[in-house]
Amino acid sequence: MSIKSVITDSVKPLLGFSLLLLSPLALAADKPLNVPAISMFFIFVVMTLLITVWAARRTRTTSDFYTAGGGITGFQNGLAIAGDYMSAATLLGFTAMIYMSGIDAYIYMVAFFAGWPIILFLMAERLRNLGKFTFVDITSYRLNQRKIRTMAAISSLIVVCFYLVAQMVGAGQLIRLLFGLEYTLALFIVGGLMIIYVTFGGMVATTWVQIIKACLLLFGGTCVMLLAFSQFDFSYDKLISEASAVHSLGTRLVHPGSLLADPVTAISMGLGLMFGTAGLPHILMRFFTVSNAKEARKSVLYASVFIAYFFNVIAIMGVAAIVIVGQNSSFFEGGELGAALLGGSNMVAMHLAQAVGGNMLLGFLSAVAFATILAVVAGLALAGATAIAHDLYAEVYKRGDVTEAQELRVTKIATACLGVVAILLGMAFEHMNVAFMAALAFGVAASANFPVLILSMYWRNLTTRGAMAGGYGGLLSSVTMVVLSKSVWVDVFGFAEAIFPYTQPALFSMPVAFGLAYVVSMRDQSAAAERERAAFADQYVRGQTGYGAATA
Amino acid sequence: MEKNIYAHIRNNPKFDELVTKRRRFALVLSAIVLVLFYGFIMQVAFFPEVIAMPIGSGKLTYGVMAGFSQFSFFLLLTWLYVRRANTEFDRLNEALIDDAVTGGQA
Repeated sequence: MSIKSVITDSVKPLLGFSLLLLSPLALAADKPLNVPAISMFFIFVVMTLLITVWAARRTRTTSDFYTAGGGITGFQNGLAIAGDYMSAATLLGFTAMIYMSGIDAYIYMVAFFAGWPIILFLMAERLRNLGKFTFVDITSYRLNQRKIRTMAAISSLIVVCFYLVAQMVGAGQLIRLLFGLEYTLALFIVGGLMIIYVTFGGMVATTWVQIIKACLLLFGGTCVMLLAFSQFDFSYDKLISEASAVHSLGTRLVHPGSLLADPVTAISMGLGLMFGTAGLPHILMRFFTVSNAKEARKSVLYASVFIAYFFNVIAIMGVAAIVIVGQNSSFFEGGELGAALLGGSNMVAMHLAQAVGGNMLLGFLSAVAFATILAVVAGLALAGATAIAHDLYAEVYKRGDVTEAQELRVTKIATACLGVVAILLGMAFEHMNVAFMAALAFGVAASANFPVLILSMYWRNLTTRGAMAGGYGGLLSSVTMVVLSKSVWVDVFGFAEAIFPYTQPALFSMPVAFGLAYVVSMRDQSAAAERERAAFADQYVRGQTGYGAATA
Repeated sequence: MEKNIYAHIRNNPKFDELVTKRRRFALVLSAIVLVLFYGFIMQVAFFPEVIAMPIGSGKLTYGVMAGFSQFSFFLLLTWLYVRRANTEFDRLNEALIDDAVTGGQA
């Protein structure tokens, strides 16, 4: 495809979207159109589409497409990782959780953060030294390429799809509330823009969308936090006394409560969040966009700083909202304190923005939330498309015998298909509670991707059979447990009682994966197993030193 | 060619030095993170009233302080690791590869 046609193709949909947004058809009957929010979001879209045009010129090879040619700096990648990791659920969900249950949500955020140092200490440099495009390159490094790639690509796609559905349904509902656009139209905008970013701009465009979005998110959150905190003279004591004076929990706001009711729930949640982070394909993929292990380490440091900072900003926002939003009757249904919050409980952060900064800040934060969804969805689609085109098509189906052009074409088709699938799944799940999807994505990532990945990097004795048993065992057990848990068995299927009593399966499914991988590998006496064990020595040297690592 | 280099690196005593030093450092730091984090989760699960205990005369409580301390302390450990790995370990690593490449050609 020539550059010229890439550019015109990138600009055409842009015009289409502007017409779509201005068209009266876009109006949902029950919500007023939010003009400042839509204009600010429109500016974001124009900027990111221009970047996509620029990125399209730089995307010629598969390496450009999957990993931006390894040319992203540690600082840029740190911002992009933070952008990938902090979704709209982080901004809206965590603010709402703090607002409702106090310290439980703060403990949750610590768990969401604590995986990052572990990723740095145990995984970052080996990931960069051994991988090329996907984490599957590492797990299949010395094992049977076709079997391991098939398995790891399947579990990657499962994680990506569940994460995508959660994002799409959230996006549709959020955009309806914030912008007054119809649910289905919102899905088409998100899906359409995602396809444009990824197919034309690949990893370069996706990275810059993440970076811009991360900056907007950090800036918007900081503004709301400072304005809100200033009403308490920036005093923690004053903030907490006023909040516990008006909250229904009172002083029990700082006492752990229902979210972490029992030890098993608490520990399983901690494991799932910590090691799930270390098994998310779209996050792991970001380690291949930097030039070497040095930059990979720096990216984790920067990402951790942004994530830790923003989680604390959100905590202050949530507590301040208890007083500022919770005591303002105009934010409640029927103007009555204590009734349901307008737009549902996830709107706490938005109401707070309006209360402290008026319609402009509300519009800005709404645009940021939309941008956030778009960026996360683009990162997921790229990871999914890479699993399909690189792992399944090029390496498994074609056994590595493909041209760059063929592989690139398949990647673009896969991206478009994932976009369509995301829109369709978004429609199918519109009226369903999709809270379990995130638990499932993290559970599968922690139980299927992480054990095989870490063992392949550290354990000489891992064989193909062991990795297959561990990977499929972790995948099946985690999916089964989530299906049997309350959020699916009772809330979706309507049975009276859950068979699996916890929400997060990691505490049980991770030992299944590690146990199976260990037992099967140790009992594997095949000739292939001997070769695989012998190949560990060279892999070990490359993992440690980076000699022979993919450079482009 | 690459296999030769890997063998060369493996037989260099500097390789053992690099691997041992870096592994010890990474494991100690990981152990600190895991013990502090899961210790905290255990406290939440088994002694929730401790989490709500006030510290000092103000409104600050143990749980909030422990959470905030983990954010800050883990960041400090992250910084320490990156600083040492990107200077000391990387210098050792480069010397190791140089040795192997020149040794492999000689």
